[in-house]
This record gives sequence, structure tokens and C-alpha cells, in this order.
Amino acid sequence: MTERERDSVSGTETTGHEWDGVKELDTPLPRWWLYIFYACILAAVIYWVLMPAWPIGNGYTKGVLGFSDRNNVAADVGALRSARAPMFERLADASTAEIAADPELQEFARAAGESVFGDYCRTCHGAGGAGAPGYPVLADDVWIWGGSLAEIEHTLRVGIRADHPETRMSMMPAFGRDGLLTPQQIGDVTEYAISISAARARLDPDRAAAARGAVLYQEQCAACHGATGAGDRNFGAPSLNDDLWLYGGSREEIRRQIELGRGGVMPAWEARFDPGTLRALAYYVHEMGGGEPDAPPPAATPAAVPEPTQNGPPSAPLR
Amino acid sequence: MSKVNLIDTTARADEHGIDARAVNSKESRALYKKREQIYPKLAQGFFRNIKWAAMIVLLGIYYITPWLRWDRGEGRVDQAVLVDFEGRRFYFFFIELWPQEVYYITGLLILASFAIFLSSALFGRVWCGYACPQTVWTDLYIYVERAIEGDRNARMRLDKAPMSLSKATKKVSKHAVWILIAAATGGAWVFYFGDAPTLFSDIFTGQADPLVYLFIGLLTFTTYALAGTMREQVCTYMCPWPRIQAAMIDKDALSVAYRVDRGEPRGAHKKGESWEGRGDCIDCNQCVAVCPQGIDIRDGDQLECINCALCIDACDEIMEKVGRPKGLIAYDSYANVDRRKAGKQARYRLIRPRTILYGTLMALVAALMIYGLATRQTLDLNVIRDRSPPFVRLADGSIRNDYALKLINMTDRPRQVRIAIDGLQGARLQAPALSADGDIIVQANADSVTNVRIHVVAPANVGAGSHDLRFTIHDTETGDVATSASAFLAGSPP
Repeated sequence: MTERERDSVSGTETTGHEWDGVKELDTPLPRWWLYIFYACILAAVIYWVLMPAWPIGNGYTKGVLGFSDRNNVAADVGALRSARAPMFERLADASTAEIAADPELQEFARAAGESVFGDYCRTCHGAGGAGAPGYPVLADDVWIWGGSLAEIEHTLRVGIRADHPETRMSMMPAFGRDGLLTPQQIGDVTEYAISISAARARLDPDRAAAARGAVLYQEQCAACHGATGAGDRNFGAPSLNDDLWLYGGSREEIRRQIELGRGGVMPAWEARFDPGTLRALAYYVHEMGGGEPDAPPPAATPAAVPEPTQNGPPSAPLR
Repeated sequence: MSKVNLIDTTARADEHGIDARAVNSKESRALYKKREQIYPKLAQGFFRNIKWAAMIVLLGIYYITPWLRWDRGEGRVDQAVLVDFEGRRFYFFFIELWPQEVYYITGLLILASFAIFLSSALFGRVWCGYACPQTVWTDLYIYVERAIEGDRNARMRLDKAPMSLSKATKKVSKHAVWILIAAATGGAWVFYFGDAPTLFSDIFTGQADPLVYLFIGLLTFTTYALAGTMREQVCTYMCPWPRIQAAMIDKDALSVAYRVDRGEPRGAHKKGESWEGRGDCIDCNQCVAVCPQGIDIRDGDQLECINCALCIDACDEIMEKVGRPKGLIAYDSYANVDRRKAGKQARYRLIRPRTILYGTLMALVAALMIYGLATRQTLDLNVIRDRSPPFVRLADGSIRNDYALKLINMTDRPRQVRIAIDGLQGARLQAPALSADGDIIVQANADSVTNVRIHVVAPANVGAGSHDLRFTIHDTETGDVATSASAFLAGSPP
């Protein structure tokens, strides 16, 4: 190896590269930088020994410290669970009034409810219970099955049309699809439904058709929706008097619901959540704005109900 | 230059016993130069005394402040100065600030900036020379060094000497004392962020948060490294201020300067020789020997100079000995250099447009802050409108919007506040969780933020679009009022 040329001014070696007489200095790295660099290499080797580092086949070197983020997270989650357990236990036995009177419990119920709602309910019911066509708005004051804390919690527990023995069940016939009514008759019932609802102001129902529809309504619909269309929570029959429509409020959408009799499914959450979580979730939904005062808990025996509905909780107060 | 040369220069010391080479003199400055140790000699005189006093006062403030107590009432923080991150408060004697009032700290920083501008315009780098923590701690470290290893010459001899038991003892004890001071510095720092007496016992019993030890360690390291080993390099290479300060001074600003007109031509002077035809500078290099920055002040104004004025003390002492007037090195201005050249009397203009402007701005900012503090609101309201759902249509056709109210009560007693809305015809309040309608009175808890969920219901005919809505909270006792503007949203019918 030949001796490299030294720059006469700085005394530093040159790289031997030269461009039109300009030579490149091979200035050594600053020592502080170099030492840090060596320290990093050393630290890396120590790290390999102490921590999980190298992949080997299907596994990896575990490191002598036995560090595992997965285990750490599991431990943290476990610690959090046990730390929260007493609050959930208190919550499981608390009424709305008791929760409201205890700021700590209320804050906990809100936070826990919001978190669970975000994970399991928001997909269909929307953030803040905003609802979507076919998925009821939870923030308003309209309840198909009842809006007290106990009723909301019961609905959560058993679900709607779910695979739970006590599930809330209602079935609106598909009057059009199943040929129970002719298209002409369905049109008449549609006009009548509009005429008894608050939508009549904006949709201007056909009076003659509505009069014909009134007769059909009393025969086919009044058993569940009531003679005046006030609905009945015992059967999960929505009120037809307001201007809020689960499947859309245009004339076409109202008619389509009579034709198809759609009904959604909500899972039963009883097996999934402990009583405290269910209470927190119910409280969160109850607090969205439309929650009703506490009612006596639903009786175990299902009420005798006319076809085609069944299994509704009795004695829920009518709105 | 090699170290051999150093000994050589010492060897040809003149009658005053010391010759010194400025390791950072103008000629020897080079970009990739290795640091050469500086051995500042102890100076004695007016400015040295000011620096001792400044050091005692400033270190005293730093170490004692966290231990001062201030009674804020039962069960409240009683530390006079505390940055409480956990409780999100800043306590400063009678002032208690919330995170959203951080602009007071901005004001304080602006005030500090103007103060440093003003001091620079008046006296140059007085901050660097007397008050900068780097200067103060370095001074303290040099004091320790001098106490253990002796003054300049003794230290130089010690470093040259081969390792011996006595040298090792001196070195080890010096570094031990330095580390102790560094640890105390880091230790005092953490007391500003937690209750000092509690934290003090926690630190020694191992009960304190790991973060506390981390910060003590960090500040121990930086103090030891910056004041013990890096010293003048911090000022020369790390600190931005030497670059900025050039913009802050003008021709009338004072700075430590060598009177070239008086001193030159310099040269050795024997007792009894005539002073005719020569300058007052006898080239004794005392100004260089005392300089903590390792520079020669006779090179002129330079970035490396922190204006500590120790060379003034050193030179004055010599001038007195040789019987020449003091002030060969003195606080001087560029304007005076020009005036002397023109044969005019030197003059010191402390009051001039620039200093008046800085002073006025300081007074203005201070007045604004005092006004802000004096009229500080202790009740505040934040309103956050729920965005999902944007609005809720109710069974009777009316429209509801939901709001999260944050009642901010900055006093240390709970308040009853009445919540009201205005600006939207026919709208009314609902607060289901409070089971009260119409007139809603809630408790805003002491020294905290109280969350309240509120519903506002407007009649069906409110109209689609966004409507202005204003929330007001009213302290039922004191009459304090806080308002917050929000909006009410409604959509067209389904």
C-alpha cells in the first residue's frame, strides 16, 4: 500500500482523488462521533443477548431478560380489569338515580358505556346513537321496546330477533311480497299511514285512498300498531303518529316497508358482557337524550299476544 | 503550538512573575483545533466582587426558592413556586395559573427578552458575564478547582507533574466536589416540579418516581460536563446568543474593551523608565491570565468574550502598581473610540432612542401582564357541541342538539352557577342527568373543571341550517358571568 499524500496546510491525508488540482481531504471522523458509534455497536450486541432479537426458523431468540410486549400488554390489561372490577360491581346494582347521584360512578358508567358502545354498537347505530335507515336512532325519544334503563338493558341482554330464548320478537308481515294485499291496497294503506302521521303536512295524502286504506288498516295493522296508530311497545310495534321512520320517511319508503315488512336483528349481549358492563352500556344509551324514567323490571312471563308478534315485555307505559 | 512552548513562555516571565498565552487568541483560532486547557488566575477587584455577589444571590435564588412556603388555605398546595404537571397548575406566590393561561408565561418570556435586549444595549453582554447559568456554575467550579488545586500556576504545574498520590487525591476530590454540586443542581431542579420536603425524603428513601432520578441524573451530567469540562466551549460553539447579540448593541453600547489609544505601543517597562513615546500596556499578560475564555482582550471585541470584566480588575491592579491611571481595560463604547480619535471627550450615553424603546416596551408588556392578572377571570365556560348525531329529531317534531359544557372554576371554593341560553327563539334547556328543567343550577366544583351534559330543544319550525346560540353561566352568589358562543344545527324534514 502506497503512502497517501498529506495536505501541507492541514496535515491531513488526502483521498488521492483530484479534480483540476482540487484534492479531497480524508478528514478523520470526529472522535466523539466515533466513540458514540462504537458504543452503539456494543449496545446492539448487548441488546441481542438481553432482548428478543434474531429470527430463527419459526421462532426467535428470546433474550435472557424474557421480555415480551405481548405478556406486558396482557398483564396491563389484567391489572386494568381487576382495578375496574369493583366499579363494575357497584354499577351492576345501581339504578339511574343512584348513578346520577354519584359523580364518580356516573363518570365511570359514561366512559365504560361509551367505550363498549364504540366497539360493538356504533357500527350500526352510529356514533352518539345517530342511527341509520333500518338501525334505530338511540338519541331521540322514540323507543320501539321501551326507553327506561331497565328496558334498554333488557333489550341489550336478549337482543331483537336474536338467538336468545327470551329475545324481543316482532314480525311485520310482508304484505306485498307475500301477496297479502294487492299493490292498489298497499297504496291505499300507505296514504292512510301518512294521513295519521305527522308527515301528512309535507306529503299531502290522497283523501279518497286514505279512506279506503283506513278500513284495511283496522283489519290488518291495528292489532299491533293500535287503532290510532300510536304503536304498542308490548309487541315492538312502532308509533305511526310521529314523523320518524325507521326505514325512511318518503312516500316510496313507507310503501316499501308495508310491502316487505322488514325487521332488523340485534344480537343478544347477555353472554358477551358481565352485568356491570351491560348496565354501563344501558346507562350510556339512556343518557344519549331520550332516556325515560325507571320503570318496573320486565316480568318473566311473556304476555299473550296476537299474531304475528310474540314475546314482548308487558306493561311498558305507552308514550 | 505544543505544550512544551507553554513551559517556555512561563519560563520567560517578566518582573510581574507571570506570563500567559491566550490559548484562544486571534492568531491561534482554527476550526478543528483541539481544546487547550485554560487556567484562569484569580482576579481581585471591583468586578470580581460583583461577580461573587451575583453568584451568591443567583445560586441562592435557585436553591432556596423551592423551599419557600406560601399559604393557600386548607388542603391546598403550600409551595410558593411550583410547576405541577400532574395537577396542571403553575403556582407562583400569589399567582395560580391554569394550562390555558400559559400566555402569562409567554409574557414573562417576552419581558425577559426585552430585559436582555435592554441590558445588551446598555452594557453589552452583562448577562453572559454575570448572570448566565453557564457563567455562574463555571465560576463556582473554578472556585472549587482553585480551592483544591491552587491558583493558575499551581494548577498548571499539577497537570504537568507525573501522577502521584497527592495529585490523584487532588483530582479525585475536585471531581467528587464537582459531582456533588452537579447532583445538588439537578436535585434542586426537580423540587420545582413537586412538593420539595416530600420529594426530598422520597429521593433519599428511593421512593421517588424514576423520572425524578432521570432528571437529577441528566442535570448532574450536564452541569458536570458544561461547567467542569466544556466551559468556554459552550459559549463559543453551543450558545446562539453571541451571534444574536451583535444585533442588540450599537456604537453607544458599553462593552469590555482595551483602550488601544492609551495602551499602544505596548512593551515591557522597567521601573523608573520614562513613559514618553510609549503606551501604558506593559504587556504583562495579566488580562490573559485571568480570562476564563482564554482570549486576549487586546485583540479587540470578539465573539468569545463574555464581558465578565475580570481583565479590568487584573489590569487596574497592574496600572496601580506601575503608577499609571486605571481603566486601560474598561467598559467602553465604539462611539468613544471614534470621539477620542477626533480629539473629543469620551461620553457615556445610557439614555438614547434604542434604550428608551426597549424600556418602554418592557413597561408596556409588564403593564399588560399586571392588568391581565388583576382582571383575571376565575370563572370560564367552554361549550362543545356533539357532532354525532348533528341534531336529533324528536317524536313531536322538535329538534334537539346536545352539548358538553365545561364549567371552569378557578377559585378554591365550589360555586353554584345558573346555566342559561339565548339567541335562539323558543329554544329551551334540558339536562336529563340533573333532572331539572328550565332554570338549571349546577355546582361548579372548586379549583376544577366540571362537566355537564346539556340538551337544547328548539321547536319544529326552527328552520334548517346553523343558528347562533350563546351559553351563559352565572354565579348565583358573586354574579360572575362567563359566556361561550356555540351553534344550533337543524336539518330539513325527513
